Amino acid sequence: MPNFERKFLLHVPSSTENLALIRDFVAAIGKQAGLAETELSMIELAVDEACANVIEHAYGSDQTKEVIVRAILDNDTITIEVIDTGKGFDPGSVEQKDLKRLVEERRSGGLGMRMMKLVMDEVHYQIVPGERNELRMIKRLKR
Amino acid sequence: MASSFSVHASEIAGIGILALDGFLDAHTAPQFDEAIQKELNAGRRNLVVNCEKLTYISSAGLGVFMSFIEEIRDAGGDIRICGVVPKVLQVFEILGFQTLFDIVSDVPTAVARFQQGGQG
Repeated sequence: MPNFERKFLLHVPSSTENLALIRDFVAAIGKQAGLAETELSMIELAVDEACANVIEHAYGSDQTKEVIVRAILDNDTITIEVIDTGKGFDPGSVEQKDLKRLVEERRSGGLGMRMMKLVMDEVHYQIVPGERNELRMIKRLKR
Repeated sequence: MASSFSVHASEIAGIGILALDGFLDAHTAPQFDEAIQKELNAGRRNLVVNCEKLTYISSAGLGVFMSFIEEIRDAGGDIRICGVVPKVLQVFEILGFQTLFDIVSDVPTAVARFQQGGQG
């Protein structure tokens, strides 16, 4: 198959209600790309985590805001970009604490980001608070 | 189109059984949170979470387990998880949940573990 990029774009209101729709969007693209079931589940999960963080933290559950999900597919990778114009954050300041520590402190924060890093091959942030925050995740496809 | 999710609560020999069905994500996690809180309010400290019909979980769902476990264990109880389908088990394992929770095959096994005594 010639290697050309296929791009897909989804704009949804910033509400956790739309997480299912976002997962279905990504799953449909993954299926079209012929991804294995396990790979597909992991990508769905990473996108869900990224969007849930945007909805709850960047936008503080303000449903008038918009979450943008872009998927770019080529023969070797699937790249997912999650874009928002919310308050942003410093990814370096999110402590990656041991699971047992989190439980002791009765906290579950930071799990989503940890999940993304564990299931995707690359995770990059470009944060310009209030203007444009972009999370870019790449998964190399097993062929 | 929101995620479909429900929790069915029952009781076996004083042990609270919560059967999860559907998709547990940031949208539906509050329902699960509420269900555990109801069990605690009813005085039940030993809980079995039956995941046979749980088809999806994200960190928001895992966070509910994590936010209660310390309180429940401090009170002398525990949460045991059972019937986890491979797709959900994979998520548990990615974060190392099997080191924090007793994950068993089915409800009778989980109940028996409580009746044999001991936590975690």
